[in-house]
Amino acid sequence: MQQGGNRQTEKLMLERSVPGRVGVVLPDLDVPAQPLPDNALLRDDLALPELSEPELVQYFTGLSLKNFSIDTHFYPLGSCTMKYNPKINDEVAFSPGFASIHPMQPAEHSQGALELLHKLQGFLGEITGLPAVSLATLAGAHGELGGMLMIRAHHLANGDTTRTKVAIPDSAHGTNPASAAMAGFDVVELASDEQGNVDLNALRAVSGPDLAGVMITLPSTLGLFDTHIVEVCNIVHEAGGLVYGDGANMNALLGRVKLGDLGFDVAHLNLHKTFSTPHGGGGPGAGPVCCTNQLAPYLAAPIVSQNGDSYEFSTPAKSIGKLSGFHGNFGVLVRAYTYIRTLGDAGIKSISGNAVLSANYMMNALRGVYHLPFDRTCMHEAVFSADFQKERGSSGLEIAKRLLDYGFHAPTMYFPLIVHEALMIEPTESETKETIDAFIQALIDIDQEVTDDKDLVNNAPHTTPVARLDEAKAARQPDLRWQPEAAD
Amino acid sequence: MTATRPNTPIANEGHFQSHYIPSTVDEQSEMLSALGIDNIDQLFADIPVEFRNPHLDLPAPLSELEIQQELGRMASKNRAMGSGPSFLGAGSYNHFIPSIIKSLITRGEFITAYTPYQAEASQGTLQVIYEFQTLICNLYGMEVANAGMYDGATSLAEAALMACRVTKREKVALADSISPAYIDVIRTYCQSQDIAVEIVDPSNPALGEETACLVLQYPNYFGYIEDLEALVDATHVQGALAVVSCDPTAMGMLQTPGHYGADIVTGDGQPLGIPVSYGGPYVGLFATKQEYIRQMPSRLSGRTIDKNGKTGYVLTLQTREQHIRRERATSNICTNEALYALASTIYMAAMGKQGMKQVAELCYHKSHYAAAQIASLPGYSLPIDKPFFQEFVVQCPSSPTDINKKLIDLNILGGLDVSEKIPDGMLLCVTEMNSKDDIDALVAALSELK
Repeated sequence: MQQGGNRQTEKLMLERSVPGRVGVVLPDLDVPAQPLPDNALLRDDLALPELSEPELVQYFTGLSLKNFSIDTHFYPLGSCTMKYNPKINDEVAFSPGFASIHPMQPAEHSQGALELLHKLQGFLGEITGLPAVSLATLAGAHGELGGMLMIRAHHLANGDTTRTKVAIPDSAHGTNPASAAMAGFDVVELASDEQGNVDLNALRAVSGPDLAGVMITLPSTLGLFDTHIVEVCNIVHEAGGLVYGDGANMNALLGRVKLGDLGFDVAHLNLHKTFSTPHGGGGPGAGPVCCTNQLAPYLAAPIVSQNGDSYEFSTPAKSIGKLSGFHGNFGVLVRAYTYIRTLGDAGIKSISGNAVLSANYMMNALRGVYHLPFDRTCMHEAVFSADFQKERGSSGLEIAKRLLDYGFHAPTMYFPLIVHEALMIEPTESETKETIDAFIQALIDIDQEVTDDKDLVNNAPHTTPVARLDEAKAARQPDLRWQPEAAD
Repeated sequence: MTATRPNTPIANEGHFQSHYIPSTVDEQSEMLSALGIDNIDQLFADIPVEFRNPHLDLPAPLSELEIQQELGRMASKNRAMGSGPSFLGAGSYNHFIPSIIKSLITRGEFITAYTPYQAEASQGTLQVIYEFQTLICNLYGMEVANAGMYDGATSLAEAALMACRVTKREKVALADSISPAYIDVIRTYCQSQDIAVEIVDPSNPALGEETACLVLQYPNYFGYIEDLEALVDATHVQGALAVVSCDPTAMGMLQTPGHYGADIVTGDGQPLGIPVSYGGPYVGLFATKQEYIRQMPSRLSGRTIDKNGKTGYVLTLQTREQHIRRERATSNICTNEALYALASTIYMAAMGKQGMKQVAELCYHKSHYAAAQIASLPGYSLPIDKPFFQEFVVQCPSSPTDINKKLIDLNILGGLDVSEKIPDGMLLCVTEMNSKDDIDALVAALSELK
């Protein structure tokens, strides 16, 4: 859609700025003016835009129209669980009784908030089978850091100072090794076997007195449930290590199996994936950490405890400490609570059933058209390879970009790293069969285009606000802020 | 654990037609038959049968009407800041939020988008991040800013870690006047990396050749304006970096940390149009000098051109980040707080050059008026004689916690009890949200409380 005049978004705000315009009118000072501090402490100028309210609304609305989003496009980005984000959740989180309460106000005047947090801890503990929960971590990777610090604290408390290694499958998300390294561990990569499971021989080889633990994503980033998972946990436990669970893919498992039953010791959840809180273009998220009662004393502070009829914050006995300024991303936690209460026991299980059914239906329809490196029943997502198309001259990236022209967001590309030309597709439970059928047809049509008109595919996208961007230039000559001298 | 229910079609699992899940029983059956199976449980056959379909002890589903009632009941037990005069700050601030912010950030195109990995499908978010980076640089007087961190505390902790990478030193010095929560979070981040944390007196900070950085807060936790010029110089003499956590609202008025030569400037973006929301979500601000750009954590949006020469934006310098560099990344951060970077960008633009200054001046004059009134009451005094911005410490005639209990009975939310640091000290915050009537009501109430 084309916008004319000032509704065009090409010019940045400081380029549009007109001296004298204001975006807000503030009240006059109603107390006597006070003496100002020494002039040397005061700044001369502040280069912020001067724009009126209508211009701002038009500019940001115009920018929003340059995004794909769940509300405007099917967004089957694998490993990201782009499901519908219920509007009631946002409405509740923005209501004054939740949005306008101060984090340091007395507990007796925050009982509703504390009750909600306490109940959410209980729900997440029940869903994962890991009953002790801290909601204080602010994103998935932040939860990973918290969980890995707990594993470190556990070993040190046992006088076990030699456990310096953490084993992580080669299919893992990059945050896993980065979080383990931030928690002070050396990372050992674990190979996957030909079924996409953890290679048990590789695991046995690293399971010794220096193993602190493993980080396992279940289902794996290949979209597969590791059929050896109980044995994986046993091998690690017998070696004295602990098992960390990356809950990024919990959408597949809701109500179907509990991580605690399988032998996991500690795991994080991504509320902005499984529990429908909006991604916001890259956050806010929330990454609560759930663990066994054995590890509960190490949880990040604070947690919420019930004391008779009232609720209060407390610090676990051997807590790893605080990981965030206050008590977690409360607004996100309110949304997740609202979602779980709305779905309830029956609805939670319906999520995983429908998500896994949709993914398998899609995978089945595309089998033979796109290569399936691991052709097994998948969980909530299916990982294809564009190898068949690459042979005819179009890569996974080019197919992903071409999908944008069909009005579908691209799948996750080139991840997991162990799949050549990977296309990782996650439809989620909140998409209609009609949408999934249309998406399947688009991928079939694109495959035909690769044969008939390769240039059409390889030069895609053709319909987006910009064509393919020069990333090399962006990295070679970083232009990371607007400056007046750069304007001409 | 209840027994598993093999061969049960999903429809008979006690089929629940949720308004969030479109598939009907008929559609499910159609998809199942395409797969040549007749029940959903077969798709979960890889899960060991003894652990499959455990009992799930959750409450029953609720309708939207019921959920509104339940959440309304919970919300009513919380005192909202707008329900009466409120003077609590200490890292989370009650400021005016223009209504366009909520209206714009809740547009589906922004709030339901993912991280902008597919640049061509995410130009809106990427251009917003570029605007955010620009305005944060201008606010703090710095050369480069990232796309944001989780919050002010984690931003500062990551800055301390970055200072260790830059200087290849393993000791960080924290001024005792920074937020206790920030000190706790920095300790948690440093504990596993063999980085020593020491607390120093900013009036005479003992820094050595092993010190990677001096960490300051500006204005400090108690609201007072540190002598940044002298402290930054003293830090540089030791070859260490000056790391400053800075309240963005104060930047409407005060000289910037960049002006004094600070190397890394962080902050909590909450005062920039984000509700206090019981402590989050907020957004961490993070800015530094050009020379340290490759040691920065978190995402960056860069301006470039497309293949037709048209201007566009992409995530850039990603070789610093976890999805490329894995265990050797500058940080593990992935999802940050993009929606609130958007909120603060709209805020800075709406306030603009004049509004930011006006807000800062309203906070300054109102807080100084309040401080002068309270100091004139018998039994009350101002124990710290330094310039301050919008927060200040009052020494009370009795326990601040007891005084606060009496204030809240009058529906006044008092300040934070900081008597552990300053005897009978109460940290009060006065912003543009507090009218003269609010302040006079607080002063009148305090005059009765001894």
